[in-house]
Amino acid sequence: MTEIGLGHYVTVGAILFVLGVFGIFLNRKNVITILMAIELILLAVNVNLVAFSTAMSDLVGQVFAMFVLTVAAAEVAIGLAILVVFFRNRATIAVEDISSLKG
Amino acid sequence: MSPASLPNFVPAVPEIFLAAAAMALLMLGVLQRAVAVGEQVRISRVVTWMSVLALLLAILLASAVTGTRIATFGGMFVNDGFALFFKVLALLATALSLVISMGYLERHDIARFEYAVLYLFAAVGMMMMVSANDLISLYVGLELQSLALYVVAAFQRDDSRSTEAGLKYFVLSALASGFILYGSSLVYGFTGTTNFDVIARALDGTPVLGVVFGLVFVLAGLAFKVSAAPFHMWTPDVYEGAPTPVTAFFSVAPKIAALGLLLRVVTGPFGDLVQQWQQVIWIASVLSMVIGAFAAISQRNIKRLMAYSSIGHIGYALIGLAAGSRDGLESVLIYMAIYITMNLGTFAAILCMRRSDRMVEGIDDLAGLSKSHPVLAAAFALMMFSMAGIPPLAGFFGKLYVFKAAITAEFYGLAVIGVLTSVVAAFYYLRIVKVIYFDNLTDALDRAVPKNLTFVLLGTSAAILLFFLWPDPLLASSQSAVASLLGG
Repeated sequence: MTEIGLGHYVTVGAILFVLGVFGIFLNRKNVITILMAIELILLAVNVNLVAFSTAMSDLVGQVFAMFVLTVAAAEVAIGLAILVVFFRNRATIAVEDISSLKG
Repeated sequence: MSPASLPNFVPAVPEIFLAAAAMALLMLGVLQRAVAVGEQVRISRVVTWMSVLALLLAILLASAVTGTRIATFGGMFVNDGFALFFKVLALLATALSLVISMGYLERHDIARFEYAVLYLFAAVGMMMMVSANDLISLYVGLELQSLALYVVAAFQRDDSRSTEAGLKYFVLSALASGFILYGSSLVYGFTGTTNFDVIARALDGTPVLGVVFGLVFVLAGLAFKVSAAPFHMWTPDVYEGAPTPVTAFFSVAPKIAALGLLLRVVTGPFGDLVQQWQQVIWIASVLSMVIGAFAAISQRNIKRLMAYSSIGHIGYALIGLAAGSRDGLESVLIYMAIYITMNLGTFAAILCMRRSDRMVEGIDDLAGLSKSHPVLAAAFALMMFSMAGIPPLAGFFGKLYVFKAAITAEFYGLAVIGVLTSVVAAFYYLRIVKVIYFDNLTDALDRAVPKNLTFVLLGTSAAILLFFLWPDPLLASSQSAVASLLGG
């Protein structure tokens, strides 16, 4: 049995982060998926922060994680609100339809 | 200090005042229970003027409480001359953006008091950003600003372009925040602290790879926020789609705050990693200048053109940072002060572009402006000449100082690219002057120019035109700001 250590947690964090970033750029379907990908990025950060915090026995990282959680909740609330007004104007939330501005 | 004692609130008084004022104005607006449009317009006017007043009072408070460097709230918040310089610029930019947005909101049926309140919250976030001395306060300040900005970008909620701009800005800005956070988590993990002063002490000697990695993520996120290439792709879309006064606000206040934050982060906690961040800033600077110059040439929409122009200007400002010297940092401060003056003036002129009371945004709509509006045309041309960097206007001196700093620090390549791209950029600025003065008048714009726009336009024009007579106050204040940033 291998001991689960800091390295494993940070690796999970890195994988989640990369998944989140790819989720934003490769997804061509739905804006809700983008919101989920943003949440994934923030969760990756939280995994990192808590893992470092525990490994160093320093509480600041966990305090930081609480701030990230709180702000993420506020952020997604505003994101969904903007999505709703966008849907009222266009009657679609497909990513490829968000393209009237370009040039 | 024992854990139970209260922190020193004095350095944060301007922020506390502005946050309280914003909440009080929010309550004032909500308690009016306005339903009729006329009533909403009246409340929106009252709240907007009171917000401008609150911003001006916050400037006075900030100048009153700032002396030598004081860190408070357990070292998370710092107030010094550097923060004061950026706070004054950001607050002035916010106040003037509010002044130029007044008539526009009423004409487009979006005169709601929440608009001014959101500007105030964004301004509090900006003040937190430039005073941040900890990765946590950096993040909270940045998000306070960004959350308010997402909403104002989508403020014209019946307009599909405005909501699309808000959505795009939200997604890409949230991604940038994610980058900054991931970088912060790595910096925290490899240095064991989030405090800027302690990080600076921990980074003496050879840099750990994890910290460099974290630094690059933080820089990438901040480059998003100042819209430096290669992270500029949101800028043209958001600038074009957002309501014009909001675009004016976006192009000045958040940029100045994010740049102040960037300067503090790279010179403070990561001051010993100069070798590492200098390369990143160098690349961002060159790419921004090139993209700002070449991508703007084919634009037909004036707001989109201003987006590329602002990307280019950020590139010039970053030259001073890449130089890394004291002169370089001073030149960044001078450049940004001049940049916001030029940009506010230009947007005041753009807001005058109305036909039958609706905004027009095409560059061709300016044809023959010199015949129908001689004064507006002269002010518009003055702004364009200043943006292109033609002496003796202020824009020339901004460029002069950054190029001089680059030459002194032996960054010849950067200076040469800067001069060449500003020649290319001069093409599209001068094309606007050509359209205004030499194209035939076909369909004149509305005659009436609102008083608030005249006020801002004349004020900024005078500042741009007469800067060369009296540059000392700006030079002296940028010197003392940089001196307080670098510690004496």
